[in-house]
Amino acid sequence: MKQYLYYPGCSLEKTNFSFDHSSREVARGLGFELKEIEDWNCCGSTSYMAVRELRSFAISARNLAIAERMGKGDLVTVCTACYTVLAKTHTYLKENAELREKVNHALAAADMKYSGGVKVRHLLDVIVNDVGLEAVKGKVTKPLAGLKVACYYGCQLSRPHGTFDDPEFPVTMDHLAKALGATPVDFPLKAKCCGGMMMTTVADVGLKLTKDLLYCAKEAGADLVITCCPLCQVNLESYQGKIKKTFGTDPALPAIYFTQLMGVALGLPEKNLGLGSELVDPRPALAKYLGNGGGR
Amino acid sequence: MPDATAPRSMKELHKIFLEDVYKIPEGENIKQCIQCGTCSGSCPTSYAMDFTPREIIAAFRAGMLDRVLKSNTVWMCASCYYCTVRCPAGIKLTDIMYELKRLGIEYGLYPKGTTAPVLSKTFVKMVDKYGRSPEMELLSRYLLTTNPLGMVGMAPMGAKLFFKGRLGIFPKRIKGQKEIAKILKSALAETEEPVEAKPESPKEGGHS
Repeated sequence: MKQYLYYPGCSLEKTNFSFDHSSREVARGLGFELKEIEDWNCCGSTSYMAVRELRSFAISARNLAIAERMGKGDLVTVCTACYTVLAKTHTYLKENAELREKVNHALAAADMKYSGGVKVRHLLDVIVNDVGLEAVKGKVTKPLAGLKVACYYGCQLSRPHGTFDDPEFPVTMDHLAKALGATPVDFPLKAKCCGGMMMTTVADVGLKLTKDLLYCAKEAGADLVITCCPLCQVNLESYQGKIKKTFGTDPALPAIYFTQLMGVALGLPEKNLGLGSELVDPRPALAKYLGNGGGR
Repeated sequence: MPDATAPRSMKELHKIFLEDVYKIPEGENIKQCIQCGTCSGSCPTSYAMDFTPREIIAAFRAGMLDRVLKSNTVWMCASCYYCTVRCPAGIKLTDIMYELKRLGIEYGLYPKGTTAPVLSKTFVKMVDKYGRSPEMELLSRYLLTTNPLGMVGMAPMGAKLFFKGRLGIFPKRIKGQKEIAKILKSALAETEEPVEAKPESPKEGGHS
């Protein structure tokens, strides 16, 4: 079985375990394995960089060094923040010799070294470009006919690097949804920001941004939103009550991971997809396609 | 070791800022800003900023960077990278925002009541301690510092997440904590950045 090195990231350990479980399950279903790298640490996220630059790059590079030690090549992430931070660390170390030297000097204190041999990739990229949509289609046992999905990419999947999709108007997840038999709705805000951590630090701004997304998806007729970012998922589903209270309309829209949706279409065991751990239950919208035919 | 909280001269602040920005790959593009405002027009939060992204560069050129730092501006940046990918001059505005956030934290130049620096600083402490981000402890510490009453408001959502098995009560420590400590110590020695006044102190949010 083909193997990819895998970096889950902190938020997938508990809060968003369904993203981790469903990613591993879908990978197996498609014939490859996500092999977690040993004793990884936090990538630094957006917060560490706001306090310390060199130290942020250094701890981020420790993960790349571990991956490199375990075998050069692809390091797959699913959290888009981890994806951007790790990819940025790799790129900046490559482009800035002074930074590379300093970071490697720091790593040397722990007998580690990063020489640029890792390619940071997002699981969506692997599924669409390595496995391929035709192969995915061939594995679908429960086509999602009639299901309208809003594909929400958020910020850090295609920005800033735009490695495998358009930074302004990404389309890979829409193509994937189609391959699963679903209908992606026209969702112009698909790459706009949900507010990220501002939902915590500047709540009124965060709430407005997330409200705009949910209302837009709802207006487009979506039955649910699929996303590829753990923080987006949390923001999208956790504040719907507050949105109703503040802006008047309850979006009442489930938000799940694209891997969970894939799992349903591939007929993978529901319990391995973490479905039901959401705060807005997606199972009613998916009832038709779930193994038990929705009778629960 | 300079006193991190001592106010510096404007000239010195600008010098540090520019030196750091030039270290960003293609950082010198900042000289090419034509004040077109694409960044401000693309920014999802510029409507809430005291200075829009375009105005940050204008203020810098006018020698008023301290006013930007003392405003809410940089803490309204959600790091969405729209400005960066759209700038016709190739200026990496998001990285500049990070630099401004660091300067603000380092010199205590952010407005009272801004809570994002508290979150960032707490995050760093947690990651330095455990190697990973313990979300529960991070949010609790942040709320205790910034808005203890907010804990009550967050309780219902916390309870829901708990019953869904999504709340990690105990922080997870990585095995390589000593490795991380060594890397951090060595990185600290590499940099001439002043150590923040109290990076390891348990008391938070004491900046003025």
